[in-house]
Amino acid sequence: MAPSTHLTGRVIRVEPAGSRGVTIVSDIRLSAQPGQFVMLWLPRVDEKPFSLVDDAPMTLTVVPVGPVTRRLQQLQPGDVLYVRGPLGRGFSLAGERPLLVAGGSGAAPLAFVASRLARAGRRVTVALGARTAGELLLAQQFRAAGARLCVTTEDGSEGERGLVVSAVERLLAHGECDRVYACGPAPMLDRVAALCREHGVPGEASYEAYMRCGIGVCGSCDRGDGLLVCRDGPVFDL
Amino acid sequence: MTEIDLSVELCGVRLRNPFILAAGVLGTTAALLERVARGGAGAVTTKSCGLQPRRGHPNPTVLPWEGGLINAVGLANPGATAMVDILAEARRRLAPLGVPLIASVFAEEASAFGEVVRILDQAEPDLFEVNISCPNVAEEFGLPFAADPVQAARATAAVRAATRRPVIVKLSPNVADICAVGRAVVDAGADALAAINTLGPGMLIDIRARAPILANRTGGLSGPAIRPVAVRCVYELSRVVSVPIIGTGGVTTGEDAVEMIMAGATAVGVGSAFYQRGMGVLEAMAAEMRAFMAEQGFGCVSAMRGLAHGA
Repeated sequence: MAPSTHLTGRVIRVEPAGSRGVTIVSDIRLSAQPGQFVMLWLPRVDEKPFSLVDDAPMTLTVVPVGPVTRRLQQLQPGDVLYVRGPLGRGFSLAGERPLLVAGGSGAAPLAFVASRLARAGRRVTVALGARTAGELLLAQQFRAAGARLCVTTEDGSEGERGLVVSAVERLLAHGECDRVYACGPAPMLDRVAALCREHGVPGEASYEAYMRCGIGVCGSCDRGDGLLVCRDGPVFDL
Repeated sequence: MTEIDLSVELCGVRLRNPFILAAGVLGTTAALLERVARGGAGAVTTKSCGLQPRRGHPNPTVLPWEGGLINAVGLANPGATAMVDILAEARRRLAPLGVPLIASVFAEEASAFGEVVRILDQAEPDLFEVNISCPNVAEEFGLPFAADPVQAARATAAVRAATRRPVIVKLSPNVADICAVGRAVVDAGADALAAINTLGPGMLIDIRARAPILANRTGGLSGPAIRPVAVRCVYELSRVVSVPIIGTGGVTTGEDAVEMIMAGATAVGVGSAFYQRGMGVLEAMAAEMRAFMAEQGFGCVSAMRGLAHGA
């Protein structure tokens, strides 16, 4: 066993993601399920969880929200990455006509889902929402996976004006989808869960939480019902 | 076939089995304490609580390595006032399950131990555990109380004066003579001992980053690597004190738990094994202990206690 707790690799490419974020492509090759995450360590700074956008090569999309994510915006090709993982439980990838619902940075794990489902020949629909056009993430990756894309922004700067859940409501009402995969802010996930129940469509969602250990022992990420986002999730049935 | 009884008595409190959720693992919320109780615990211990809220250390705080875990969470806790509500909620959830609740406490000064316990006493936990042995806050707090018999006794006496509930004192293995500390805290009023807290502190360095990996640089070791140290400490303590001992440190299987009981433990703490074996670990350990007892013809746990000491 290696004398380290983290896998090491280098940044190969950094692409813009929306107007403020970046997508980091590395030379680390993982074998992961879509929905799983890694703990990314910045030596002498911090270690935080990030959903995988792809596993081989390991790809992460990071938007600036705090000191760690702001530092990650400055990564350059050749910089070293340290990760633990893949960790947690991912999405099932069931369903013939899946609907992916992405709010803001929730697009990250769903881009991974879309590419796997497309590879399996499924007809994928994506409802991609954000507050404004500059916060829409990974639209190109969803298009590259051959997904049908319904874009919403709250300010109407791109796509339909409104919340992503309105698009979800319409798509589910038309009976076009047999399974929902969602990731985004908690209020969005609550609405999506309610719509899934209403239309009798099974759904799964990836949740966010403050995490420390990432391996199910420290108890920092209890959802409130005794389930741990890091080990029982981050993907839970809706 | 004879009936096998796993129940044990700890300071007058009946436990349906000897497996106690150790402090610092999963004991942060009432919902998690209930989940572990439903998963087969004989008793559950909260994460240690102090007077004031603490954020703890930055990440990385907990890391798996080939011998178990290394951690320096840094006593993250919501503070005593907020903990009263968590304990009360946990009591309400645990009561129908018949699983006792152990409230773990720490403080920066001996007198403050009494203050924390006085506040938490309102929530009526079944027992208190006094954490005088956290190795991860030395920069702020100085050496743990458990490093010195006199300091350890002062902290114990402060808790003893603050509650009528049974008091467990958790000892550190990182001392020259754990028996001297054990005797001192029993003389100061401890009703039971828990041995051991994490070993070390230790350090892991990432050789590519050329830096210690834990943000605190050092952390306490737990898991299989420390089990022989824990067994030795329990064995030695049980020769010099007559109070019950909770044997904690690397216990991962039902047979590990038997080993701890044969060393002299009354009950067994389980922590890092939740990482290795998941939430089902306690039910699995109970089945393993039953299988061993059936094989060896033991009807009850106390029949195995201290057997390693000989006649």
